[in-house]
Amino acid sequence: MAKHHVEAIVNGDAVEFLCETEETLLDVLRDTLHLTGSKEGCASGDCGACSVTLDGRLVCSCLVLGCEVGGRHIETIEGLARGEALHPLQQHFLEHAALQCGICTPGFLVAAKSLLERHPDPTETEIRYWLAGNLCRCTGYDKIISAVQDAAAAMRKG
Amino acid sequence: MAETMTNGHSQGFVGTRTIRPDGVDKVTGRARFGADYNLPGQLIGRVLRSPHPHARIVSIDTSKAEALPGVKAVITRDDFGDQSSEFIPAGEMMMNYKDVIRNVMAREKVLYEGHAVAAVAATSAAVARRALKLIDVKYEVLPHVIDVVEAMRPGAPLLHDDLFTVGVEPKPDKPSNVAKRVEITLGDVEAGFTKADVIVEREFKTAPVHQGYIEPHAALATFSEDGSAELWCTTQGHYIVRAHCARLLGMDIGKLRVTATEIGGGFGGKTTIYLEPLALALSRKAKRPVKMVMSREEVFKATGPTSGATIHVKLGATKDGKFVAAFAELKYQAGAFQGSPVQPGVMCAYAPYDIENVKVIGYDVVSNRPKVAAYRAPGAPISEYAVESVVDEIAKKLGLDGIELRMMNAAHEGTKAAYGPKFGPIGLEETLNSIKKTEHWNTPLRKWQGRGVASGFWFNIGGETSVSLTVNEDGTVSLMVGTPDIGGLRASLAMVAADELGVPYDKVRPIIGDTGSLGFNFLTGGSRSAFSGSMAIVEAAKQIKTELCARAGKLWELKPDQVEFSDGHVRALGASADKFKPMSLADFAKVAGKTGGPIAGSGRINAQGAGPSLGTHLVDLEVDPETGRVTILRYTVAQDAGKALHPAYVEGQFQGGAVQGIGWALNEEYIYGADGKLQNAGFLDYRMPVASDVPKIDAIVVEVANPRHPYGVRGVGETPIVPPLGAIANAMENATGIRFTELPMSPPKVLKALKEKAASGKA
Repeated sequence: MAKHHVEAIVNGDAVEFLCETEETLLDVLRDTLHLTGSKEGCASGDCGACSVTLDGRLVCSCLVLGCEVGGRHIETIEGLARGEALHPLQQHFLEHAALQCGICTPGFLVAAKSLLERHPDPTETEIRYWLAGNLCRCTGYDKIISAVQDAAAAMRKG
Repeated sequence: MAETMTNGHSQGFVGTRTIRPDGVDKVTGRARFGADYNLPGQLIGRVLRSPHPHARIVSIDTSKAEALPGVKAVITRDDFGDQSSEFIPAGEMMMNYKDVIRNVMAREKVLYEGHAVAAVAATSAAVARRALKLIDVKYEVLPHVIDVVEAMRPGAPLLHDDLFTVGVEPKPDKPSNVAKRVEITLGDVEAGFTKADVIVEREFKTAPVHQGYIEPHAALATFSEDGSAELWCTTQGHYIVRAHCARLLGMDIGKLRVTATEIGGGFGGKTTIYLEPLALALSRKAKRPVKMVMSREEVFKATGPTSGATIHVKLGATKDGKFVAAFAELKYQAGAFQGSPVQPGVMCAYAPYDIENVKVIGYDVVSNRPKVAAYRAPGAPISEYAVESVVDEIAKKLGLDGIELRMMNAAHEGTKAAYGPKFGPIGLEETLNSIKKTEHWNTPLRKWQGRGVASGFWFNIGGETSVSLTVNEDGTVSLMVGTPDIGGLRASLAMVAADELGVPYDKVRPIIGDTGSLGFNFLTGGSRSAFSGSMAIVEAAKQIKTELCARAGKLWELKPDQVEFSDGHVRALGASADKFKPMSLADFAKVAGKTGGPIAGSGRINAQGAGPSLGTHLVDLEVDPETGRVTILRYTVAQDAGKALHPAYVEGQFQGGAVQGIGWALNEEYIYGADGKLQNAGFLDYRMPVASDVPKIDAIVVEVANPRHPYGVRGVGETPIVPPLGAIANAMENATGIRFTELPMSPPKVLKALKEKAASGKA
């Protein structure tokens, strides 16, 4: 069967690609568009390492097919920093030592940004439940939660 | 050079919370992990795995797969020569090449579901998958055994007909599944128990748990026709990978260059090899680069969890609370090949305590499960969980609180450990005191809530380490180390290099070198990489400082004792002090060519003097009597770091270890069906803690300096996973009045125990 021809917007840039029906958005991002910041930890939507937003909605890109994203806006970890400046979440993750190995970090950052867009002032519990779809095996989540709380406070101050 | 040459500690980056040098790349997605590497012309490799837990391989026919268009190579056992039996160190454990080759690719038999049987390299993943289905393997299915106690019974299905128990007299004349019996003794336990006023004796069981790193194993290999090869892989030790792969492929070590990619977690599970030799063998056959990445299911089924175990503990104390005799018998699952961490389990069992009479026996038992791999303080959480549970029961019987009883028996400087050494300064008492002072310890609890405390011990190791420091043309410093950075290593070591050389932290660029760039490095494991790496850096910096003083002496025409290195500069001393402007690294860099050439130092050591790290954990939890679900309410860790080079990453080790321990205690387990197949090979059913499962983890960094390290460092990475199992079990007893003796304490088990207790109460 012929491949699908898909046009979409990734991190603000128009992209087009060909993909097999079975290829996931994660496969397309990593293997075709060479955006390897999104990670595959499970391929079953359980670890969140492949988190991206699709038209502003947080999804596991391993659970979306590449051929489904035609005409849609996708934001990945590579689009988080604006120009020279890191996003406040990125900066606070660094300052809090909220990453150890760093494999889950892109997914956490994308998910946390999505949270703060909806809830600029989340409680600790709200942060923990929002991020419950992202597995981290190194940090015990403590410093990740602190980093998100501090980034949220900084972003509210503008 | 004057003898006052200091280590330059005054500048003091060490002990501060610097931003890690590799941080920006890791928050922007730029950092390249195992699966992020690609080469032009690469093929995709896939592994065919056994559907049976135990079977003889009658034949393997690969002809149809080889004929499939797009398939460039198929390998089986026939592509690897056999290996003779030889034990070699692997992390803190031992492995045997005869077994390694069989685990990498099954030979006579498959020994667990998921055991590799063949591998293919093809032009795409889809073609590779189709090719696997065309490989025809004929099996003669054999009876299997999963449980460790059943595997020890006479008449149990035998995994290896050449496995005779080592460590028993007389030598057995029949093979069995018991690979080894080990024993340590101190004093006379039988006599000791006669002095005890209270004795508690119990049996415990723990389930095998996986390290659960989020990054699956990945390898990219390219083999040249000239017999040399390059390999990129996610590993805790690329020199170890190089040694093992060169051996299995019959190569010179020097012809294989291995680069450790960024590593997405390891916890001991990436101290061995799985895909790496397969990717190399496929590349050699296909004459093209081959990339292989495991699926999560493959990670669960075919890579090492740690042992499940059955543990028998008997501990005696006087009525005043002094431990007088301690006995334990440990039976650890090794998986399909011998080499469980039972030896360290035996050694650690009673190590936190000062007891005159100790006897611990351990058995290393094979069964039809994946071969275990190291997991954070291998073996220790299991045996110490059982011991800490019994310690808690003794405290209850004597009406003492858990901290009081542990304080009375705590090992300290001068204590003779049952496993051999006399301890130097260690910090268990300090951690107990720190916990006792917390607000947490003194907060009241409500019904269905419980509080538990437990301590833990891990040895830590040093080992072969090689680093280089190079002063660049502009005076900046390149630091090269050969141990992968899994949790802030670059930051810790860059601070040490900056302090040693008196340069700003951001002028030191740490790099993880490939196997061609430095001498041999043992792996990142055993909590050794910051400990040993910083020692090696001190050596390398010393060479640079000596060299710079010699060069300044020549420039200034002064004798060696008339110059010194301090605060990042070589200075003339005494009467000459005012005559010569002190020279910085940058000044020397400018004149390097004229004064003798490039400036560099290399530290090559076999680091000795690792200091044990002890810790104490305090946990509050609440049991839901309707569902059996346990919620962790509050958690405090106190652990002796010796010296925290980077306090935030030390705290991170404490917090991460505690949460892994929470998973081990409450939810995680390998579940097998009667068919010997793993039923929960995915993150949905193998339930690791998520953010909403845990509270903040308070971390108290205790610093009792290790006198054998220039900065006082002990390792910190492993001890944090030791106390949680016991602390949580003790809190469960406190909440419910039930002593749980089986892990995990998952909701069905808790609910069952609550119902049984309620029923017996009514009867």
